[in-house]
Amino acid sequence: MAYSDKVVDHYENPRNVGTLDKSSAEVGTGLVGAPECGDVMRLQIKVNPTTQVIEDAKFKTFGCGSAIASSSLATEWVKGKTVAEALSISNTEIVKELALPPVKIHCSVLAEDAIRAAIGDWKKKNNVAEAEPALAGASA
Amino acid sequence: MSLAAEIELLQTTPVHTGVQLPIYMDNHATTALDPRVLEAMLPYMTKIYGNAASRNHAFGWEAEQGVEKAREQIAKLINATPKEIIFTSGATEGNNLAIKGVAEMYREKGNHIITQVTEHKAVLDTCKRLEKNGYRVTYLPVQADGLVSVADIEAAITPETILVTIMYANNEIGVVNPVAAIGKLCHAKGVLFHTDAVQAAGKIPIDVQANNIDLLSLTGHKLYGPKGAGALYVRRRNPRVQLNAQIDGGGHERGMRSGTLNVPGIVGLGAACEIAMNEMASETTRLTGLRDYMRHKLENALDYIAVNGNMEHHLPGNLNMSFVYVEGESLLMGINDIAVSSGSACTSATLEPSYVLKALGLGDDVAHSSIRFGLGRFNTKEEVDYVADKMIDTVLKLRELSPLYEMVKEGIDLTKIEWTAH
Repeated sequence: MAYSDKVVDHYENPRNVGTLDKSSAEVGTGLVGAPECGDVMRLQIKVNPTTQVIEDAKFKTFGCGSAIASSSLATEWVKGKTVAEALSISNTEIVKELALPPVKIHCSVLAEDAIRAAIGDWKKKNNVAEAEPALAGASA
Repeated sequence: MSLAAEIELLQTTPVHTGVQLPIYMDNHATTALDPRVLEAMLPYMTKIYGNAASRNHAFGWEAEQGVEKAREQIAKLINATPKEIIFTSGATEGNNLAIKGVAEMYREKGNHIITQVTEHKAVLDTCKRLEKNGYRVTYLPVQADGLVSVADIEAAITPETILVTIMYANNEIGVVNPVAAIGKLCHAKGVLFHTDAVQAAGKIPIDVQANNIDLLSLTGHKLYGPKGAGALYVRRRNPRVQLNAQIDGGGHERGMRSGTLNVPGIVGLGAACEIAMNEMASETTRLTGLRDYMRHKLENALDYIAVNGNMEHHLPGNLNMSFVYVEGESLLMGINDIAVSSGSACTSATLEPSYVLKALGLGDDVAHSSIRFGLGRFNTKEEVDYVADKMIDTVLKLRELSPLYEMVKEGIDLTKIEWTAH
């Protein structure tokens, strides 16, 4: 299978690889996927408590090149966004940006799930209501 | 060795010169045509173009001479007689002809066939087809080392059993089945024994007489011969095996396989068998040495890696290893100047990891992490060094990216985590 240039670029130069302190109240951690499925993504965000802006994001991914690229891209996209804005990122945008073939769409879904799981973890830690209004365009 | 030490080792690894990229190390998929084989074939592409079935003129006789010489060369490789060799288009056809041909011919004797779960699809799907037509097929499991148990075969044989079809050597994990014992058992029970010897032929000694093999499929392109030329050995004495032809026509190959013979391909297959036989001993020593060298190099540099399959009963050029906590397709992406195969689901259309590795009892996660190296006649020590170094480099890089590796290193038990299967 031929990979798009963007997938290759993220694979060769993954952005924001690493680990944030998951015990910090400012950090939300999302761990999604399963080893037996061949994909596990861990995406972490560090949220400014007053502005709710995601100031830092890190990831680690076990998976194919498209899974690595999807999560690498996700960290780039959530950085600088507010939590509400980040929730509006959909997997279809990831598919489009990375030119993923149909067989790799599940990688983008997993990346979206990872963002949501990280935000959900952060909200839980900080007692933020789940029913916060999402921006237009949010979809699964 | 610590991760830091591993990285330091990498950084001090000398840059390789003198290898030509990309490197081909996927010799279980196919092999390069040996130039000596091409040389033998060339006259039959241009000057000696007669139909080997033309009995009335020199063009036909010359072509037939080439074919008969090849029949002898192939027979010699497996200790058969030339009349027991039937030419086919390859081993998929050979397996189809052997299994369906026996099933149809011996239908009155019984309707039961025994095989194993790690066979090639050319055998498994042929058996599945027969099941639809009223045959009963037993798919035996394999042991954790990938070998079939002879006791299991014996226990599965019933008065209805007409055929046991068990591969000589496995295409993914390279394990060599106890063919002699299986042949002896089948002979004693009066059941025919077919073996798909695609990976074994020309690589390890095969003796159809000593091992009581009744039918054996092989193909040219796995032993440095041409694609599209294969052979099926069909025993003529003790017992005389009969087959129902699957292709009807001019009655070529004693009626068992009609169709004008692929003379250049057959000549190439014969030449390839002769070369393989003459060089088998030295090539076995060389390839086993290279393979073990590569294995030890990888094992010395990386933790959490494992060899798949019994290494004692093993093809010389095969090495199947799992690089746990790294996914196979991402590994292949990192070594994209090297041609190898992965058991990862992501490399298949079905998104299912290798059924062969799963049959060994490996978890899906370990199967996803496996790489098959297939060393062959044209691989060099320099290439093995390049491949091993590049593998180490890529595995270390991907493990830096792997949340699983980090968790394991922190002492977290991955089996205790509630994963969200998708």
